[in-house]
Amino acid sequence: MSYLELRGVTKDFGGLRAVDNLSFEVEQGEIFGIIGPNGSGKTTCFNLINGFYPLTGGEIHFRGRRIDGLPPHRICELGIARTFQVVKPLRRMTVLENVMAGAFLRESRVAAARRRAREVLEFCGLAHRADVEAKSLTIADRKRLEIARALATQPEVLLLDETAAGLNPRECEEAIALIQRIRQSGVTVVVVEHVMKVIMGISDRVLAINFGREIARGTPGEIARHPEVIRAYLGEAHA
Amino acid sequence: MGRKKWLLAAGVLVALVFPLGLRVPYHQHILIMILVWATLGNAWNLLGGYAGQASFGHAAFFGLGAYSAGLLVHHLGISPWWGMLLGPPVATAFALPIGLVCFRLRGPYFALATLALGEIFRLVFTNWVAFTNGARGILILPEFTRKLPYYYIMLAIFALSLVMVRVMVNSKLGYYFVSIREDQDAAEALGIPATRYKLYALLPSAFITGLVGAFYMNYVAFIDPHVVFSLGDVSVMIILVVMMGGVATLWGPAVGAAIYLALSEAFRARFGAVSLLPFGVLVCLVILFMPNGVMGEAARLGKRLAGRREGWGGEPA
Ligand SMILES: Nc1ncnc2c1ncn2[C@@H]1O[C@H](COP(=O)(O)OP(=O)(O)O)[C@@H](O)[C@H]1O
Ligand SMILES: [Mg+2]
Repeated sequence: MSYLELRGVTKDFGGLRAVDNLSFEVEQGEIFGIIGPNGSGKTTCFNLINGFYPLTGGEIHFRGRRIDGLPPHRICELGIARTFQVVKPLRRMTVLENVMAGAFLRESRVAAARRRAREVLEFCGLAHRADVEAKSLTIADRKRLEIARALATQPEVLLLDETAAGLNPRECEEAIALIQRIRQSGVTVVVVEHVMKVIMGISDRVLAINFGREIARGTPGEIARHPEVIRAYLGEAHA
Repeated sequence: MGRKKWLLAAGVLVALVFPLGLRVPYHQHILIMILVWATLGNAWNLLGGYAGQASFGHAAFFGLGAYSAGLLVHHLGISPWWGMLLGPPVATAFALPIGLVCFRLRGPYFALATLALGEIFRLVFTNWVAFTNGARGILILPEFTRKLPYYYIMLAIFALSLVMVRVMVNSKLGYYFVSIREDQDAAEALGIPATRYKLYALLPSAFITGLVGAFYMNYVAFIDPHVVFSLGDVSVMIILVVMMGGVATLWGPAVGAAIYLALSEAFRARFGAVSLLPFGVLVCLVILFMPNGVMGEAARLGKRLAGRREGWGGEPA
């Protein structure tokens, strides 16, 4: 039985096929990378796993249970949390309150949720911003907040959508270190990036997609050398 | 927080004793109406302020509460005080399907749907003459000739609503309400069942609004559909009261109601029949220049002075 599995998943937006018969499995405990150029369907993939959109075709299974068709809050409850590429801070709440909003999934009492949220903030290196309103965070801290809030729901699987995009090299390094810490804590991670460099450094296995279709899969090294991947990223001339 | 407790104790004492000193019944009447609007504001604030679902149809729940009391007298000859028991559950029962329908919509669409539903109730209660006595309304004999008993009853209802809001927003519910208001997609991705929690805000909101409606029937002793189901004089007025006082602040509705009634009385005394125009302009100005309401701005100011924050959208809860 596979851990998290997409089987022939397809998503149409009107006439546009954003995800096209995509199948892959994520194994428990790994960092699974998905790369692809802009508009290749990565975010849509997360929106399908997370239950924001209904599937046009295919199935999604998690721990032997079919999860497509469930609403987003149920999917989170089952243990799959996500971040958003376009960050969605709860603007007029403090950083701590944002993370508490996640923590309440497993802790009904305010004091317990607050304690849990503080731990997560500490883990994510955001503790010093706890009492700041989320709308006044820098972009790097907003990305951290996305992760912290998702972690506060105590997920088994964390879907990270372009965490490194828009970060400077130092912030990028910190993000990578954080993702590795998350995996060490026992959470399975699916990382989406269109920046190859980042994903290649941390992923155990990588899936490359273009136009919503798989073009290659393998270890980071295999993917980096794959002619289809090079063509997708650099255009025909460089293949 | 010792100071806060003293302040509260002093406030309670004043609220209990102050009306005894008023000689003019009309002044007591104004106090009662402030409590009416403060309580309606508390109820609206739960849904519209904290959970961010701006209802333009709260007159429906107010009217249902009022008619629950009125129709008991009209059809069964039972004391309208029983309406205080019947009104809240009736309003809540109607709120459930209304919520299930309207919460499929977001933002302005939700607002428009509630507005339309509120109007439907007004039309039904106007035209279903056999049951509601139509536009002629319902007239009852008031229980008390003095204002004071009504004042204390309404004070108790106000206190109940205040405690209810406070307990709710300081619990997990409050965090979930505000999360949904700030970003529903993010909230759902964090495992928050948005529709269910919107109902958790709406149902108590409708309950309290229905209770105030039932009280209103008892107190004013005359209702008709155009008064209690009014879009302008109930649904929108609740929103103005809360906006003036401070959306999503615990004391905002009370402060807003006091200011609103004080101002509207002052303008009526000064300008007579044309008072509506300058009064409307003033309300617009307050809302334009104090977008967070009086309590919201006060909290922001206090926060800047103290360098900390205590509540939602700028307020100590
Ligand atoms: N809600 C939507 N409605 C219509 N088209 C969409 C929607 N979401 C994504 N798309 C389209 O689907 C394709 C894939 O988008 P996306 O998954 O965001 O790509 P990526 O995350 O890989 O950059 C794009 O062509 C995009 O315009
Ligand atoms: Mg994307």
